[in-house]
Amino acid sequence: MSIHWFKHIRSALIVLLWWISAPLHAQLNIEIFGGGASRIPIAIVPFADENKLQQSITPIISADLQRTGLFRLVDPAGSSPHTPTEVVYADWANRGANALVIGRAISLPGEQVEIQFRVMDVAKKSQLTGLAITVPSTQLRAAAHRIADVIYEALTGDVGVFSTRIAYVLKRGNKYALQVADSDGYNAQSIIEYTEPIISPAWSPDGNQLAYVSFENKKPVVYVQTLATRERRAVASFKGSNSAPAWSPDGKRLAVVLTGQGGSQIFLVNVDGSGLQRLSRSSGIDTEPSFSPDGRSIIFTSDRGGSPQIYRMSVSDTENSRAERLTFEGNYNVSPDFSRDGKSFAFIHRHNNQFNVAVQEIGSRQVQILTNSKFDESPSFAPNGKMILYATEIDGHGILSAVSRDGQTRQHLSVQTGDIREPAWGPLPKWK
Amino acid sequence: MRKLVGVSLIVLLSACASQTTQPEVEDLAGSAGNGLGGSDLMGSGSDRASYFSQLQDPNSILSQRSVYYEYDSYTVKSEYRELVLAHAKFLRDNASASVILQGNTDDRGSREYNLALGQRRADSVKNMMTLAGARDGQIEAVSLGEEKPRALGYGESAWSQNRRSDIIYRGE
Repeated sequence: MSIHWFKHIRSALIVLLWWISAPLHAQLNIEIFGGGASRIPIAIVPFADENKLQQSITPIISADLQRTGLFRLVDPAGSSPHTPTEVVYADWANRGANALVIGRAISLPGEQVEIQFRVMDVAKKSQLTGLAITVPSTQLRAAAHRIADVIYEALTGDVGVFSTRIAYVLKRGNKYALQVADSDGYNAQSIIEYTEPIISPAWSPDGNQLAYVSFENKKPVVYVQTLATRERRAVASFKGSNSAPAWSPDGKRLAVVLTGQGGSQIFLVNVDGSGLQRLSRSSGIDTEPSFSPDGRSIIFTSDRGGSPQIYRMSVSDTENSRAERLTFEGNYNVSPDFSRDGKSFAFIHRHNNQFNVAVQEIGSRQVQILTNSKFDESPSFAPNGKMILYATEIDGHGILSAVSRDGQTRQHLSVQTGDIREPAWGPLPKWK
Repeated sequence: MRKLVGVSLIVLLSACASQTTQPEVEDLAGSAGNGLGGSDLMGSGSDRASYFSQLQDPNSILSQRSVYYEYDSYTVKSEYRELVLAHAKFLRDNASASVILQGNTDDRGSREYNLALGQRRADSVKNMMTLAGARDGQIEAVSLGEEKPRALGYGESAWSQNRRSDIIYRGE
């Protein structure tokens, strides 16, 4: 792995090129643009004996932190403390580092590795946090992501999302693959591959299952697949089209869009396919449901007012529920995704023939447009609400991109060959 | 029997789900559990043959199967009325025949919203057919949204090819 830096003085533009060869012949390329003004300067010293492992730990940690746009990496060259007593704080203060990460890797019998690390506060000359974790030697990337999460949480106060996974659809030639990868795009695995389209993957709240829409039977049908066993079943396969699955927060039900009773309307169905219940009732199109975190309401796209806009309706009291219109700027607002704190939603907003990622606060109705590309689609909030993953196009190719909640930092994640689209950011792992 | 074959196919597909490839030519009526409805629609082999020879006769309007739309519209244009009504009459006269109508859109905008727009196009053809005497049970209107473009590329010449409903006879 090689890292090249190009620093543009005025805009503090940082481009990080990072080449890897992931499994399944997918070569990923991650570039970062922008970065907040007040980035935390952090020095990460290569851990003692990590070069004896199959995979060094600290480059993965550095890349994770770098991608958030919240950190500035301070070069540790010439000094390599591994324990607190070896740290000369004045040296790190002179280099401009506020935080210092040190540690060591210890190989244990049975292909296990123990990694000890500490985060030191340079100004206070004391330890901020520290941890020892033991993993099989095949799980070193996962260990690095956990360490990056601990560092991120100690320094920002927010929960880290480096240990999460993402799902997306990769189209290569005439093949469509539903893939799951680590949050940094590594360890990509195909869950299912077909010669017919797959769209709209949605994670179950426990991260064990994916719902998605497959066209393998000449029409859209909603499936739920268990990742560990690859077992899958059709949960919505009614006459007409079946699409747009969204999980209820308790993981027991799905909101789906069906056309069998006329138009495209939102229904609730149990995960086993039973208990069908109509939710929306309009003469127009109602689609793209997304549950509120408390499970009591959904937001969705509807053209009942003449153009596609985002509405909210209650799930519990459907008889008396009137849908409330939420978006008013422009004549094309679609694909809403509720943030996990329920205070805002991401969506796609069209203006000047551009389709861009935007966020609207539920309370104040304030809208912020976060991107300036041409064809953005399918925004998906990170579980900590700090980033939004979305699909966009470069030179006619579909790629994934992520933008920070404030719009300051963007990163591209692309596959060398093929189109990548329909991203969905998975939930936090259970131990969080 | 067909149903059984279909079910075991689904089981096989799930068993090796990580690397399955859809057969290029699929018998729509043979896939059980996919919501496509009845499959025992066709009569004896010779009936079936004469039935499809009518549909595939290049001199017959029945060989034409696509309806095209204006941008942002799902109205069946007058130039396609004769085509849709001919298929409606065929369905009315052949109670055992059935079709799947697939609505399509160009690729601008949300995939799921486009799926709903494509559904509207298929529904508009279905409505015209049922008004002309075809039975509701003979027609399934579905959408492929922007997922199966006939023409690839950017611009109106490609997009106009993709704003389309296709009429597909089951078992053909």
